[in-house]
Amino acid sequence: MTTPQPTLTPITRPYWDALEQGRLTFQKCEECDHSWLPARECCPACLSPAWRRVDARGNGRIVSWVVYHTAYADHLKARVPYNVAIVELEEGPRLLTSIVDCEHAALQVDAPVQLKIVPEHGVSLPLFVLSSGSRP
Amino acid sequence: MRGETVIAGVGNTRYGKHPERDKVDLIVEASRTAIADAGISKDMIDGVFVKIANAAPTVLYGQKVSEALGLQPKIGCALDQGGAANVSLLTYAALAIQAGMIDVALVCYGDTARTGSRAVYHRPRGDDALVGWYSTAAGYAMIHQAYRQRYQTPDEHFGIIAVTARAHGADNPDAHLRAPLTMEDYLAGPYVVEPLRRDDCCLVSDGGAAIILMSAKRARELANTRAVPVLGVGQAQESWEVHLRPDLLRTKAADSAEMAFRMAGIRREDISVAQLYDCFTVTVLQTIEDYGLAPRGAAGARAISEGIGIGGWLPLNTSGGLLSETGTPGLQLIIEAVRQMRGEARLQVPSARFALVSNQGGSMHTHATLILGQPE
Repeated sequence: MTTPQPTLTPITRPYWDALEQGRLTFQKCEECDHSWLPARECCPACLSPAWRRVDARGNGRIVSWVVYHTAYADHLKARVPYNVAIVELEEGPRLLTSIVDCEHAALQVDAPVQLKIVPEHGVSLPLFVLSSGSRP
Repeated sequence: MRGETVIAGVGNTRYGKHPERDKVDLIVEASRTAIADAGISKDMIDGVFVKIANAAPTVLYGQKVSEALGLQPKIGCALDQGGAANVSLLTYAALAIQAGMIDVALVCYGDTARTGSRAVYHRPRGDDALVGWYSTAAGYAMIHQAYRQRYQTPDEHFGIIAVTARAHGADNPDAHLRAPLTMEDYLAGPYVVEPLRRDDCCLVSDGGAAIILMSAKRARELANTRAVPVLGVGQAQESWEVHLRPDLLRTKAADSAEMAFRMAGIRREDISVAQLYDCFTVTVLQTIEDYGLAPRGAAGARAISEGIGIGGWLPLNTSGGLLSETGTPGLQLIIEAVRQMRGEARLQVPSARFALVSNQGGSMHTHATLILGQPE
């Protein structure tokens, strides 16, 4: 089983290129100001094709999370047990990510988190750490 | 629409493992039983409505099924709406009957996800597989986690759903998993994707099921005295992926139920028995609450204190549901509701007047609701 790679298209490539350069980006509509992830050609709120790509400040909060105790693919075997979390950026968009450098027992809903871009299998992934000062 | 369409016959295969059998052959077996149960001849069927299979789905599936049944229907189609598809197919079939497009409809489903390919349940979820986002269970684990965090829910509130389903399926000769489950067993179950334990998760089963629909008028002409009227149907689709929906604990199930109850013209407390889609235990708690049958966060406590067995507050999943009877998505719940309304269920709720069925699919992406009444 091979490691998954991002689907690279004209609309998704800039997202992954920006991560390679240390930036997490999302799209923001020029018509209605809606901000979103993942990459789409048109705003899912108003369907406008006029948008710009914006750098996230890198702050967010945990919406929910799960812990995998079994690896569904070979590239995950070394990570088990690992968590996958939903993080809502302070700018609004949400993404699936992982909270790293912490015990799973420290995770809780609404805990503030900060972006930590981590290279894994040749891809820069937007992961998060618990913000310093946040208490489990 | 209320009461104008009836379910005239039902049928199913045994559920569990059917190694080396084709899913279409399972549909034919179930359909043969449903046709006999309805007391019709096969050639009266002029609408064939099938839910696509989870094991190796293919194109033009409605036609493949019709061919195996030796039918050339006016309407023949397959629908993808995940686990909501069967109630939705019933709805579209009823609409086509009411519109005069067809006379008799077959709604059917078969799958071999147990002994065939179950890749669909374990699949990587797009580019999010890069961070380890795999499997159907994980989406529900996110919802389960959000639920227990918000309401500070003890594990037993989830466990009661699984324990009751397994008790109801224990004597069902067609059921896939008949071994009883105690609360201690539930709590000792290993995590699949934490916080989901083994027995929070429905089965992956082989099996087939089928129902026959026609107008109430047609059923009277055929002197079918066991025909069960469709009183209300509803649908509403959340559609957003779990992580993108604004509130993980609100879906459009509430809108679906509202549509069905309004059409049926009955109140929530009129329901005698419910067959709620229990792909995961949290789905049942959330459906009960979305449907307005218990306050938010309170479904589990009420299930424990007032019971969800025969004679309890809300007799639930009386043939075992997806947690015990079969993991095949949804048609078995309609069939059990029909048996309850006929008074023919193995665990019969005494003098049951109205039966409620929920179907839902994806990670609560889709939802459909059905309300049945007693035969005339």
